[in-house]
Amino acid sequence: MKNITKQFPGVTALKNVSLSIKRGEIHAVVGENGAGKSTLMNILSGVYPHGTYTGQIIFENKERIFRDVRDSEKIGISIIHQELALSPYLSIGENIFLGNERARRSIINWDKTYSDAKELLELVGLKENPHVAIKDISVGKQQLVEIAKALSKKVRLLILDEPTASLNEDDSEHLLNLLLNLKKKGLTSILISHKLNEISQVADSITIIRDGEVIETLEKDKDVINEDRIIKGMVGRELVDRFPKRVPKIGNVSFEIKDWNVFSPLNPDRQIIKNANIMVRQGEIVGIAGLMGAGRTELAMSVFGRSYGLHISGKLIKDGKELHIKTVRQAIDHKIAYTTEDRKTAGLNLIGDLRQNITIAALGKISSHFVIDNEEEIKVSELYRKKLNIRSLNIYQKAGDLSGGNQQKVVLSRWIFAEPDVLILDEPTRGIDVGAKFEIYSIINQLADEGKSIIFISSELPEILGICDRIYVMSNGKIVGEFPKSEATQEGIMKCIMQSIGGNTNGEY
Amino acid sequence: MENIKYFFKNNIRQYGMLIALIVITIFFQIVTNGILLVPMNVTNLILQNAYVFILAIGMTITILTGGNIDLSVGSVVAFIGAICGTLIITMKVNVAVALLLALAIGFIIGIWQGFWIAYIRIPAFIVTLAGMLLFRGLTIFMLKGLTINPFPEAFQKISSGFLPDLAKGAFGKYHSTAILTGIAGTVIYIFYQFRRRASQRRNGFDIMTFPLFLLQITLVSAFIILFSIWLAAYKGLPIIFVIIGILILAYSFFTNRTVPGRYLYFMGGNEKAARLSGINTNKVLFFAYVNMGVLAAVAGIAYTARLNAASPQSGLNFELDAIAACFIGGASAYGGIGTIIGSIIGALVMGVLNNGMSILGIGSDVQQIVKGLVLLFAVAFDVLSKKKSR
Repeated sequence: MKNITKQFPGVTALKNVSLSIKRGEIHAVVGENGAGKSTLMNILSGVYPHGTYTGQIIFENKERIFRDVRDSEKIGISIIHQELALSPYLSIGENIFLGNERARRSIINWDKTYSDAKELLELVGLKENPHVAIKDISVGKQQLVEIAKALSKKVRLLILDEPTASLNEDDSEHLLNLLLNLKKKGLTSILISHKLNEISQVADSITIIRDGEVIETLEKDKDVINEDRIIKGMVGRELVDRFPKRVPKIGNVSFEIKDWNVFSPLNPDRQIIKNANIMVRQGEIVGIAGLMGAGRTELAMSVFGRSYGLHISGKLIKDGKELHIKTVRQAIDHKIAYTTEDRKTAGLNLIGDLRQNITIAALGKISSHFVIDNEEEIKVSELYRKKLNIRSLNIYQKAGDLSGGNQQKVVLSRWIFAEPDVLILDEPTRGIDVGAKFEIYSIINQLADEGKSIIFISSELPEILGICDRIYVMSNGKIVGEFPKSEATQEGIMKCIMQSIGGNTNGEY
Repeated sequence: MENIKYFFKNNIRQYGMLIALIVITIFFQIVTNGILLVPMNVTNLILQNAYVFILAIGMTITILTGGNIDLSVGSVVAFIGAICGTLIITMKVNVAVALLLALAIGFIIGIWQGFWIAYIRIPAFIVTLAGMLLFRGLTIFMLKGLTINPFPEAFQKISSGFLPDLAKGAFGKYHSTAILTGIAGTVIYIFYQFRRRASQRRNGFDIMTFPLFLLQITLVSAFIILFSIWLAAYKGLPIIFVIIGILILAYSFFTNRTVPGRYLYFMGGNEKAARLSGINTNKVLFFAYVNMGVLAAVAGIAYTARLNAASPQSGLNFELDAIAACFIGGASAYGGIGTIIGSIIGALVMGVLNNGMSILGIGSDVQQIVKGLVLLFAVAFDVLSKKKSR
């Protein structure tokens, strides 16, 4: 891939990226969340069609133009995404040949489908009957089915996007060995992963991407590869003055989460949060750092009126008193607020106006006997529109018509209006531009100065380091580290995460 | 100016349908040589469509929660009819007691369907489809497949009675109660509009320019007065019209001004966000169907009284009339958008089409074709105008 540049509205996701993969190697691509790895792979596999980016894709000495995923598959490039693209109620065999059926004139030959499927399953080392439905096999096995599916299409370049993220130790091991075996048979693959131990185990070369640019490519037989070097490359940008200054005035402990355990609502045997302990003081901004899937959102939502998870256990203590919160309403009444990471699908009523979105969580404040005081509501909405500098025509504009930054300010308005003591902010600056980010940091600082306790969840380390007074590191459902601001560095946090992922020898993971 | 443009852009659908209603009415007024709007026809328009208005109010509420419809209301209307018939005609129960029992049964039906929809989370479409079969079956069972009639006069009066003439002769041949109510309504309307404007000005909100404000007041007042004269020229105020009027006002207030009303809209706009804002969405959904059950009972009483019979086949396709009225009136099929008054306008559009075409002697086949196309085009217009504004 040569000189690839990709822009999204407001952001340049990739800047002049070039990447060359040698035939028959396993090439790892590493980088922080949002560094541009997935975008790059989506371009290579045709998810973003030719013309939506600039630059060239050269595969087997020819420039290629992909209009969609089919074009890239035709010449042997297959991508396996983080979220598996299997149909849960269809069988393994049906899934392997989905879109590529063993058929003549649209009539499917089931015998051939299943005998071919069996061969492929042997090839990937999966001992399952191809008639079994996908939903009845483990995620690890599903991953192998995806690989079998790719192999059925005569794949020559296989892209795996964090294939082991949701696998246990044994399954990961199996998958990596499979990759090594396939390499021996001449398959080229690109492996995107956060797990540096895996990468050093299987990769022949490693490309580090940061902020949409390639930092360097390391080769196994030429360069010294060690984790420190990779981590430095991943995070090594200079901290510029992107954060408003603040002198913290930190008071007493106001909110504690103790021995918190949560299980997955989809799979009640899977523990999502493992004995987490978190504490925040008045006027303090506490960050929770971690990779995607570390369980930060799940922790926050389970605390916020049990809006996520099953079999929740542990204690919530606010101002020295234990809380018993079972619903979101109770959480709000106990002056806890949570802003979601996904403001469009879980935060805003996009077809509702600003006014409705601002007052919805605390309508009690502007109503008596369930009748809303219209004038009071307009005043309140106008007040927040001005106070948080929400750029809109008026308070009757639909939330869906605003830009991301302004939408986030509407969400913040709603929760500030609810007058919480503890605010849990989940990725409050995701997908918004630099200027709006600065404004949001300022709002957060001001809330802290008013004595509120802020829990700040973010995947962007610089931002966590920039505004938090103390930082917890979360990985795999556990709190694996805690740093005061003075001791926190990107390298230190990354290392903490990587060690916790690499060192899971206790079999719990 | 910018504000006004934005306001109209977002309410184009409602005004659009009101204008369409006026255009359709004028069109039929002309082609029927003025028969459409003779006082008797105007009164009949209300009496004939009473059940659609009542059902459309309830349906608007369920649709607001997220495009959830209720297919069972036609069968519930018939079932309530059967209950009234059995109680009043067969068992000779006092009419007032029977009415209370009928409403209570509507309430229980609402709880039954609301439970499955809101707490077990079976799609409303399926629960109410089951209800449609269930209550139709129960109706036929109760009536043993027969029509029972007649009802006592007190019961019939609900749908065919008129308020008494309080000051007979005060307005010549015109019915005085209707005229007086019209005047009172106008005065109250003007009073509230001025009061609201004053308070908006006091708070420094954006207000309409004065000429525009006067124009609005004049138009609405003229409509109220004219309408009351029309009713007065026939037999006065129908009792059912009063009931519907109260329902429209009460439910408009409920949806616009109350906290639970706001929850309906917010939940329809984004249920996940509603839940994370502390709204018990199950409870809201449950309420919507309990309410629908009660209103279906009201419609059942009204329709049975008008028919003066409890028939196993009454109420057929009523659910479709009500749903169509809501969507023609601007409700979104995904929830979160729609108003009571919009749905009433939608019901009126269909009512005028029905009446106009009937007067012209157009058969019910063509009437159905026209109504089908109106529904389709009304919603298509909505979808297209939204696409354009994006």
